[in-house]
This record gives sequence, C-alpha cells and structure tokens, in this order.
Amino acid sequence: MSSYRLSKGGLVDRMAPLSFTFDGRSLQGFAGDTLASALLANGQMLVGRSFKYHRPRGILTAGAAEPNALVTVGRGGRTEPNTRATMQELYAGLEAQSQNRWPSLDFDVGALNGLLSPFLGAGFYYKTFMWPAPLWEKFYEPFIRKAAGLGKASYEADPDSYEKSWAHCDLLVIGAGPTGLAAALTAGRAGARVILVDEGSLPGGSLLFETATIDGEAAADFARDTSAELQSMPNVRMMMRTTAFGWYDGNVFGAVERVQKHVRDPAPHLPVERLWRIVARHALLATGAEERPLVFGGNDRPGVMMASAMRTYLNRYGVAPGQSTAIFTTNDSGYALARDLEAAGVDVVAIIDSRPSAGVGYRGKARVINEAAVCATRGRKAISAIEVRRDSRTEPIVVDALAMAGGFSPIIHLACHRGAKPVWSAEKAAFVAPAGLKGLEVAGGAAATTNLAACLGEGAVRAQAIIKELGLSCPPVALPKVEGDEDTHSARPLWSIPGVKGKAFVDFQNDVHLKDIGLAVREGYSHVELAKRYTTNGMATDQGKLSNVNAIGLIAKARGVSPGEVGTTTFRPFYTPVSFGALTGAHTGHHFQPVRKSPLHDWAKKHGAVFVETGLWYRSSWFPRSGEQNWRESVDREVLNIRKNAGICDVSMLGKIEISGSDAAEFLNRVYCNAFLKLPVGKARYGLMLREDGMIYDDGTTSRLAEDRFFMTTTTAYAAGVMNHLEFCAQALWPDLDVRLASITDQWAQMAIAGPKARQILQKIVDEDISDAAFPFLAAKEVSLFGGALHGCLFRISFSGELAYELAVPAGYGESVADALLEAGKDDGIMPYGVEALSVLRIEKGHVTHNEINGTVVPADLGFGKMVSATKPDFIGKAMLQREGLAAPDRPQLVGVVPLDPKQSFRSGSHILAKGVAATLENDEGYVTSSAYSPHIGSTIGLALVKSGPSRHGEEVVVWNGLRGESTPARLCNPVFFDPQNERLHV
Amino acid sequence: MASLVPCPNCGRRPKEEFTIKGAALKRPAAGADASEWFDYVYLRDNPHGAYEEYWHHTSGCRRWLVLTRDTVTHEVAACRDAADGSRLEERT
Ligand SMILES: [Zn+2]
Repeated sequence: MSSYRLSKGGLVDRMAPLSFTFDGRSLQGFAGDTLASALLANGQMLVGRSFKYHRPRGILTAGAAEPNALVTVGRGGRTEPNTRATMQELYAGLEAQSQNRWPSLDFDVGALNGLLSPFLGAGFYYKTFMWPAPLWEKFYEPFIRKAAGLGKASYEADPDSYEKSWAHCDLLVIGAGPTGLAAALTAGRAGARVILVDEGSLPGGSLLFETATIDGEAAADFARDTSAELQSMPNVRMMMRTTAFGWYDGNVFGAVERVQKHVRDPAPHLPVERLWRIVARHALLATGAEERPLVFGGNDRPGVMMASAMRTYLNRYGVAPGQSTAIFTTNDSGYALARDLEAAGVDVVAIIDSRPSAGVGYRGKARVINEAAVCATRGRKAISAIEVRRDSRTEPIVVDALAMAGGFSPIIHLACHRGAKPVWSAEKAAFVAPAGLKGLEVAGGAAATTNLAACLGEGAVRAQAIIKELGLSCPPVALPKVEGDEDTHSARPLWSIPGVKGKAFVDFQNDVHLKDIGLAVREGYSHVELAKRYTTNGMATDQGKLSNVNAIGLIAKARGVSPGEVGTTTFRPFYTPVSFGALTGAHTGHHFQPVRKSPLHDWAKKHGAVFVETGLWYRSSWFPRSGEQNWRESVDREVLNIRKNAGICDVSMLGKIEISGSDAAEFLNRVYCNAFLKLPVGKARYGLMLREDGMIYDDGTTSRLAEDRFFMTTTTAYAAGVMNHLEFCAQALWPDLDVRLASITDQWAQMAIAGPKARQILQKIVDEDISDAAFPFLAAKEVSLFGGALHGCLFRISFSGELAYELAVPAGYGESVADALLEAGKDDGIMPYGVEALSVLRIEKGHVTHNEINGTVVPADLGFGKMVSATKPDFIGKAMLQREGLAAPDRPQLVGVVPLDPKQSFRSGSHILAKGVAATLENDEGYVTSSAYSPHIGSTIGLALVKSGPSRHGEEVVVWNGLRGESTPARLCNPVFFDPQNERLHV
Repeated sequence: MASLVPCPNCGRRPKEEFTIKGAALKRPAAGADASEWFDYVYLRDNPHGAYEEYWHHTSGCRRWLVLTRDTVTHEVAACRDAADGSRLEERT
C-alpha cells in the first residue's frame, strides 16, 4: 500500500482540482497542495535518487529542510532545478521532473554505485582519487561528475524579471507560527510598525496541522482569524512566501519573496522574486524547531518520514502515509501523531518508544513498545517492514509507513549569522541561541519551547517587552487558553541505536551514514569542522538542517563528551538557497551597467563612426569611408590627413574637473608633482599626479581660467578616481584650504582639432584672434563663438604633435559646433578621426597613456624626471619618491622600438630580450607597452619600458611573444618618432 | 560589511553608496623621516575590534568620512566628516 488522499479533511480546496505532471505522467492535486503533498496523494512515494549511492528516496519532511525530494520544475528558461517539492506550491500545469536518475526513476543504472559503496565512504575524495594523478582527468572526474549530481540548470535565458527593495520597521517577526502570530498581534495592536515574514504560503506554521484548540477554536481557524486582524492593520505588513535568509549588521535582514513562483504564467509586470533588505529596530526570531531524524538502518527508505511531516500531510493536506503505520519516537509528539492517524482511519500498528515508561496516557489501539528502537527497515522502493529491537531481541513488524520523532532542534540559524555561537542546553537537550544578542530575540520553538500555550505566551510577552524598549506603550496582553496540546520535549536525545543493520543515514542529501561519522572520528577528524569536511556531512544544499545536530551527537558520543563540547559548525547566510536571479535583481543585460555616451556620440554616429567600448564609454574608433577594405586603411588615412590637413576628434570623455577657491592654486601645487602655483591665468600646463608611494597616478592638462578658477582634465579611465582622490585631499588632508571641486565631465562637449590647417579652420568660428602671437602654444581661455552666439573654452594643447586645439562647448551644442567645424574646414580637407588614429599619433609622438603609467613607474621612468619640483615643500608622493630604489639606474624606462625589417611587426605585451639569449625570466629586459603601425615611419613602432632604456638607443634586441611564438629582431630608439624638436607645435 | 552607514550629512545609507579607502591614518608632516612615511604608506594594523577607516560617500554627499567600525561585528560606533574639528588621533 502507498500513501493516498483521505476522503475528507485538510486545508486543501477539494473544489479546485489541479492537473500537473511528474516525469511526464499526468496527476491530479488540489489548490492548497504542495507538490510533495500532491505526489503523496497520488501514491508517488519514490521521488528521487540519492546523490552518491542513487538510493531510492521519498519525501521526508513537509518543509524547507527537505533533503530528498528535490525536483526540477518548469521548462526552457524557467527551468528550476533542485526545487524542494515540499516548498513548491502546486499550480495547474506544473511540470516536475525527478533528478539524478538514468534512464528512469524506477530503473536507475547509477544505483550500481551502491555496490561501490565500500570505496565511497568518508574521505573518499581524498583517498580513492589520490593516485595516479593522470587518472583524474580520464576517469575520476568524469565518474564523479556523472555519478554525483543534482538537477541541471537550463542554458536558456531566464525570461522573468527580479527586483530588489528595502523595508523598514519597528519589529520584524520572522515566522508566522503561533509565536510569531502572537508577537505580531501584540505589537500590531500597540501601533508599532510590524513586518511579519514567513516562508510558507499560509500564515500559521504548526497551527496548520495542530489539532489542539485555542480559546475553543481550531488552531488553523485561530491562525486565519489572527492573520485577518493583522492584515487589517495599516501598520502591519504580512509577507508570505518570504524567507528571511540572513541577519546582517545594522540589524538588516535579507529576505527573498517568491512573488510568482506558485503560478504557471507569471504576470510580466511583476517580478517572480523580490530580494528584500529589511531594516528592523528590533527583530523576533520565531522560526520554530526542526524535528530530528533517528539514525537506524534504512531510515532513508521511501515511506519513512518525519513524524511532524506525517502529521502535516495528514491534517493540513488530508493525505495518509499508508494503511499500517509505525511510529518510532523519543518523546510525546509521537502519540499526538498516533491519535491523529487513528482518527483519520489509518492503522497504527506500533509505537516504538525509546523511553522506559512513557505513553501511559495514550488510549489508542497501537501496541506501545517501550525501551525499544527500530534498527532496520525492509523493502526496495518503499518500506515493507521494520525490525524492532528490544532487550537485544529483534522482531519484524509489517508496515507501509514509518514516522520518526527524534526530538526538536531550535531553528536558530539567523541568530548565529553574525558570529555568535549556539550554546548547548543540557536542560532543553538542544543547541539554543546565545543570550544577549543585540536587536534580536528568540522565542517559541526557536527558543526550545515545546508546547503551544507557552509559544503563544512567549510571542506576546516578548513582543510586549520589545515594544516598551522601543518607547511605545503596549496594552496588556490576554493569553489564550489552549486545550489538547502535547509537550514535545525530548529529555534524552537518542543519538545512536544499538544493533543498527545496513546504512543508517545521518545526512540524507549527501549520503553520509553512521559509519562515515565513526570513520572520521577514528581517523582523527573528530573536530566538528573537520568531520564536516571529511564526511561532507551538512555540506549539501540543505546545509545539514536535519543532519548537523545528529552528527554532533554522534561525534560527542564517540568522544565521550557532551554535544556542547563538540560544538556546531558555523552558521552563515543563506538559510535556504537564494536564486542568482533574485541576487542580481534588475542588473541584467543592458541594465548590467550604465552606458556612457559622449555629447558627440550622435555626431560621430552620423559620420559613420565604428564604436569601441572602453569602460562604460562608447568611443568612436575610426570613421570608415567607401572603398576602404579594412580598419587599417581608415586609420592610416585619418592619421596622414591630420599630419597634412586637419582632423576633428571627440575627446569629451576625458575627465573634467573645475577647481575653484582662493587656495585652488596651492591645492593643485600639492596634488601635482610639478609646479602649479605660478601658472599664469590663460595658460594650460601638463601635470603629473603621483600616488603617495611616488608612482604616477594620472596625467592631464590643467588650465588657469581665472586667478581662483582652474579647468582640469584627467584621463578617461581615471576620471572618477581622480575626483575621489582630490576630494580626499581637500576634505581629509587639507580641510583648511579654500578649494571647491566640481565634476564637469558631462557638462562639456570637447573636441580636438589637430593638423597644420587647424587654426585657419577654427578661426572661422572663434571670434577672438587665435594667431600664434595672440594665442600661443599652451594658451587657454574662454572664447566667444559664432559672433557671440556661444561661449566655450579653447586650449592650445596637442596630443598628436601637430598644431592642435581642444575646444569645449556646453554639451548640448557639441554636435552643432562639431558640424560647423567640419563645414568650416571642408575646403581644407578636415575629417573626423577616432581613438585609433589618436593612438597612432600619440605613439608616433612618444606620448604616454595608462599603457605606460602602469602603476610601477615614477616620473623619471617616463622621461619626466625634470618636471618634478625640487622646491615645493610638499606634494602627494614627494616623500616616497626620494627612495633610493626609485632612482636605480636599471629601472625599466621609456624607450622606442622599431623592427629591423619594416615588413615585420610585433604586438603590445611582447617582451624585450637581448640578442641571442634564452627567453627566461632572468633575461627579461622589459616589455612593449604600446604599438601601432605608423604610416609616417612606414612600419610598426612601439613604446616599451626597458631596463636602462634611455641609455640603450640604437641597441639591437629581440621582441619576443611567447604566447604567439613570435620573435622579432628590433632596435631600441628615441620614443619620439615624429618631430622630436616639437617644431610643428609652435607654428 | 556594514550594511548601513550613518553618514552625518545624509543619515543611514546602504553601504553600496560608499567607497572604502582603508585605515584613517594621519598624514605625516612633509619633512617627516622615511620610516614614518613608510608606516603611513605601507604598514597597517589588523585589529580585532574597533578600527578607524576612511569611507567616501561616493554616491551621496561626496564627503569623506571617518568611521569607527568593529572589524569583527562591522558595527559602526561613530562616523564623522573627515574635515570636522577633531583631528585624527596619533597612531599608537
Ligand atoms: Zn552622505
């Protein structure tokens, strides 16, 4: 016989039948079912195969701790592997597949692993697979991967959306069982802002299967009425299907709300899951307790179930576990189950009680066997009999279901997420949360309280105390009257059972059994953290919710100490698995990170730019013209045209910072290594910013637009970093300086106009005289454009080595101005150019970028040694720059490289070797930092950082690229390949 | 890491809005000897407990703050603007 649906009873809606499939088979359930209760109602007791031995497994629990009933739900992009059937609400059309079986659940080839089990014991990863190493790839790893497994994720994109949110409250109540409901009601009535979260679909927790009455009302009705009152309070927010998964500092709790995991077709305007961060002034942990399995042979056979789960299926879902049931118990809760089963017409053939004289109050038909234990089960894919051991005699009893009631472990995970360790209470025979937690209290089952009346009372009283502590007034609390409740206290936990036959599982999900724990202890891994890793106990997706305390008890017994002395492993978030979707929230696809587009983006696009992503920016790389076969042709044309005529390039993405205040010049003098104090108004200066360790941090030009106002540019990549750094200097280091900083990168469109004809083109739109005499090299000032229609800033600076300007105009005018310049320069051959051409021009000119400013270079390494002020009393980096090693003669320093044969080339990143030496680390002389094809030189050229580089111009070397197997004979040279006298800058 | 940071300008704000620089040390005087600079640039205490750190409210008021954070619990005991009157204590 197998499990079946009773003709009446339960909280399921028998008027609302739902069809679903399991392994393709169509089945029926009711609204209000979980997938697990619906499977049991259909007699489907075998639901999966175990991780290592592929043993047949059934449904063990009715909640979040389920280790066995993991299934894959949904299809395509909505495939959700490792879904606990006990937590999945049933909906019409739900598709579930069993996992870890091949070819089918009933006939599974992997079950042969059971025969290999002598080799798969504790530590098998370390022992069996130690030697010989080459077998890892060929045999062990494929074997482990194939044999051990959970569900498989889909490769399709998830079509659903997720979001994140914050919530704030006076009191967060975690768990809507009797304790939580009583607490929320008390606090809610007192007017506190309350959030009540529960992982289930219905509030009530244990009240949903409890047969006791509260103030004369059925427990489930009490739960319904209480939550109705809570729902009606504007100051109370009930969040069902919400798991509080972690407790963090600042009394912030992480929670995940499954908004639409219980529907077939999620509404597109809602997320399927929502990740909450709940800021609570105070929290009450009312998470109840987890029933412990008992460790006997074959305790994993389908049909063996936790007693509380069996009671849940019976009373909440109207599902009977079988026809003739046995109950193996260590406490009175087993008798409550017996009474309920008998009331539902299910035979209870035996109650096996580990205690000597308990169960005297029981009036049912079942035979009570005291001082006895189940030592083994029989059956193949379902239980058919148990073996009961008493006084070292063993008696078989035929059953089709077995409940195990090993006592309760408080669910205190969250209380220990911030480093506090659970403490063993000998009186309660349980690990409880330590006292004195700040901002969090534990009550009810989670505090090892073991009867309903006490839980209801504790919830109310604790809430009252918290409310008062928060400074709110609280009306007196009337405690409800409970009748028909059992105390579930288990004074003496039963860790190990004499005469166990066959595999007795401790960790069901990771297939860790009794002998594995024993082996770990014998082999010296009896420390709880070592035993965990050696046996993998508690390391599965259920994180040992059912197994950890039993493992600790067994280790304690083997070592002859108390469980408290063994201690627990560390509790960490998350309490139950949280999907990547929920953690990612809306940050997927295009929303993964922002895209930055320059004010001249559309202008560049209009002129056919090919874009490249650099950081968040889209930059125009080159502007192909018809007939050009490849990018190099376009770039060469742009480069040659700039050297001959003129080009215009978008440089808006350079960082721009306005620095003002009466101490602005002094401030710059301290953040740059070169002098800025006496920079005249109307002048630009190249500046080098160092880190405090003396290395170059960033470079750029800064112009003085007024006595107390500067316009700084930074590199694109370091724009944000420089701004943060300057703010640090201004606020933390020198708050006494009168200086203000504003990022103005996005406010200005900036364009470079470079080439011998740049001036004559620019003069057509600039109102002021920009002749060399009136506006010489490094001039910088605010200018009027188009006869006063617009104002901008003009800088005579050059990255290309040509006569060049940079013009900044208000961002919104960028496109018009750039087009006006193209129009003005039409007859002079002006063309747009991109960052590729810009890069070629700057390498030809020996100008450095962050390719060279790689965090290990000081100014002298790049030929800037003379720039560093010797007279300034202080600047960032000054002190550490004095270190001897930073002036060593063999430091890698900037040099140019050209191939001996112009037809040969090399790549950036290639290393420099002396001629004729082996390519070893010892022989490494440096590397190529930048390289490009130079149309001016007619070959590849490069910049490199080479030991003693400046004194080695003319030396023949080898440029070696080990990754590509390339070796190129080359010559070191002056890094300035073009116009070394700077004549073209000053025309 | 600390989930909420009590910015003196903005109130309690989520940690994602902040950038952490590290130990809030006093910058040596320009002429301090090399060992003092070496300490400042490279050497860090690794205390078990209260630690003063520079945090930047990058996505908020853009002020640099000095936080007293417990390295074990992440509890923030104090938070002030880095430019505020009370200067950093000398390292002991
Ligand atoms: Zn702030």
